[in-house]
Amino acid sequence: MYKYDHYDQTIVNERVAQFREQTDRFLSGELTNEEFLPLRLQNGLYVQRHAPMLRIAIPYGLFSSTQMRRLADITDKYDKGYAHFSTRQNLQLNWPKLESIPDILAELADVEMHAIQTSGNCIRNTTTDQFAGVALNELEDPRPWCEIIRQWSTFHPEFAFLPRKFKIAVNSNTETDRAAIQVHDIGLQLVKNENGDTGFKVLVGGGLGRTPILGEVVNEFLPWKHLLTYLDAILRVYNLNGRRDNKYKARIKILVKAMGVDAFSKLVEEEWQHLKDGPATLTEEEFTRIKGHFTDPEYQELENQDKLLSEKFAESKAFKNWFDKNVNPHKKSGYASVTLSLKKLGVPPGDITSKQMRKAAELADKYSFGELRSSHQQNLILADVKQSDLPAIWEEAKANGFATPNVGTLTDMICCPGGDFCALANAKSIPIAEAIHAKFDDLDYLYDLGDIDLNISGCMNACGHHHIGNIGILGVDKKGQEFYQVSLGGSSYDDASIGKILGPSFNAEDVPTVITKIIETFVSNRTEDELFIDTVRRLGLDPFKEAVYAKKAA
Amino acid sequence: MPRKLLKIETNPSIVEDNFLFIEKDFDGDISELSGEVMVPSGYWSKHSEALKSSELKVAVWLDSDETADTIKDFLNDVEFVAINFPKFADGRGYSIARLLRERFGYEGEIRAIGDVLLDQLHYMKRCGISSFEVREDKDIEKSVNMLRTFTESYQVAFDQMQPLFRRR
Repeated sequence: MYKYDHYDQTIVNERVAQFREQTDRFLSGELTNEEFLPLRLQNGLYVQRHAPMLRIAIPYGLFSSTQMRRLADITDKYDKGYAHFSTRQNLQLNWPKLESIPDILAELADVEMHAIQTSGNCIRNTTTDQFAGVALNELEDPRPWCEIIRQWSTFHPEFAFLPRKFKIAVNSNTETDRAAIQVHDIGLQLVKNENGDTGFKVLVGGGLGRTPILGEVVNEFLPWKHLLTYLDAILRVYNLNGRRDNKYKARIKILVKAMGVDAFSKLVEEEWQHLKDGPATLTEEEFTRIKGHFTDPEYQELENQDKLLSEKFAESKAFKNWFDKNVNPHKKSGYASVTLSLKKLGVPPGDITSKQMRKAAELADKYSFGELRSSHQQNLILADVKQSDLPAIWEEAKANGFATPNVGTLTDMICCPGGDFCALANAKSIPIAEAIHAKFDDLDYLYDLGDIDLNISGCMNACGHHHIGNIGILGVDKKGQEFYQVSLGGSSYDDASIGKILGPSFNAEDVPTVITKIIETFVSNRTEDELFIDTVRRLGLDPFKEAVYAKKAA
Repeated sequence: MPRKLLKIETNPSIVEDNFLFIEKDFDGDISELSGEVMVPSGYWSKHSEALKSSELKVAVWLDSDETADTIKDFLNDVEFVAINFPKFADGRGYSIARLLRERFGYEGEIRAIGDVLLDQLHYMKRCGISSFEVREDKDIEKSVNMLRTFTESYQVAFDQMQPLFRRR
């Protein structure tokens, strides 16, 4: 993973000193609330329902066991002993004190971490595939590109006060898209041209929120060395032309739609002609330097452990279930990637205790070269586990509440903190997730259903990505009452689509029954082993509407 | 009455300044102006010949919704260019400043006016802004230090045209 040199460390240390001074001026009344707002947001600090919320950056979801232990210590020392992994691969603390944020940032800087630009109207943490670098079907490791983008975007002086927040995601997989690049302000797909040169297919204007839209292609092949000048051009066009009169119409997606993608692309192209081949053009030397931080760990030469695993499967159905759901294939024979599920029944999705954080760090040291990843599905990953260690790691994961064998299933829900914590929320989301989870706790039934993405957001800011869930649930406020709108048919993968609203919204207590009816309709209509999303696409919404809204016979 | 201005020449320092800000909707005769004035770009376009041949010292100011290329042809005729930040969170002025410097090669003074606070000065400086009318309720004495918050930057901007990766 990327290691800071003295330049990186200096920049982060200077940021800590800057924020300490800014916090002092705010506390002394020298800075108003309105003036302090963007300063604290660009350090990941929100003022929430009960307390401030601090969002700590985990660049592209990759971190070390040392960093995880520090996060656990911070969680104990400054918070209530638990934290929350977000859908942007970051970590959120729910109860820190405003006065202690500078100290927290200093403790983070000690282990090469920060909270820079995790919020605010600036370029946010760049995200990618949680299996980057170890996945099958990967064109090349996307993480060096993410790090190059991280450095370019960190304190970019021209783009710190954009019309609205700005999110970039990178995908390098040729078979799937676990980074959901089509719903980002900029989505970058690594591609090769006919000469075998690396470049990017560039999508612009995707996003969720109030106006969910898939990104459109502005460049089919951008040679890699032009990445940063081209990003500068896109951001400049957006900074100068994006709407600033209405925050709900301020994202780049609205600009792209209003102008039309052709006119937008033309403007970017014109701007880029001035920047192209300028000093920000990437060099072979810089790419080699950054790539040198993302080399393979010291893998052993191992055979795949098919025999051992099938013996274990015969011994334990529970192990087989866990293997099927929570273990991913690895590019290196004899290895696998393990997902530590943070979706245990009774625990808010993505939540983790400090004890679990230390345990995850220990597992990483013992089994996976001391590295961890967080996923936008709010789980943790040990990317480089020997297949022969799988039975042992399963036992330890189970003992620590990490082995819920539900990755990819209906109960592996994406869920924002919602009205229990978030000041923006219209409705609670965690209790809804929990009620649905309780209803679908029978594993055999859950597995028979196949993979289903169920995503819940407590308001239309869509932090829970409800638009791109196969089943999406959105909390809405109607005259002070919490209601829930259900949509079907969303997807975040390479076949991305925005879900369609089923019909009128429901009371909280009706949501589990509604989901049950939807699932029953799917079961009675699916062809053999058909996935939920495919059934919805084949049949449309009508049969689901009928089942859910049918009047009871008199 | 002179106002205080943070100005970067060789070193940043606080100087006195007498330029009078002329409102955007000013439509009066040139004879109504005297001394040192900062006129809106529209007024300059309309009266440029008369302004140039007058005794006045004239600077021009751009609003955040105006584009840098509207003034590119008369950059050499003005004392300086000012960019208005109607609200500090309106970030268009950063791009406008870079375009004036890097696209149109303007080497004179670029002044930030309007809602100019302390915590944005570093970014403004990086984008090529060289003087700052810090909002009056803010302590301009602290402003020189604000330019020293960061000693390194990753990316290209006007104050450092070589990205860190070409220097490290």
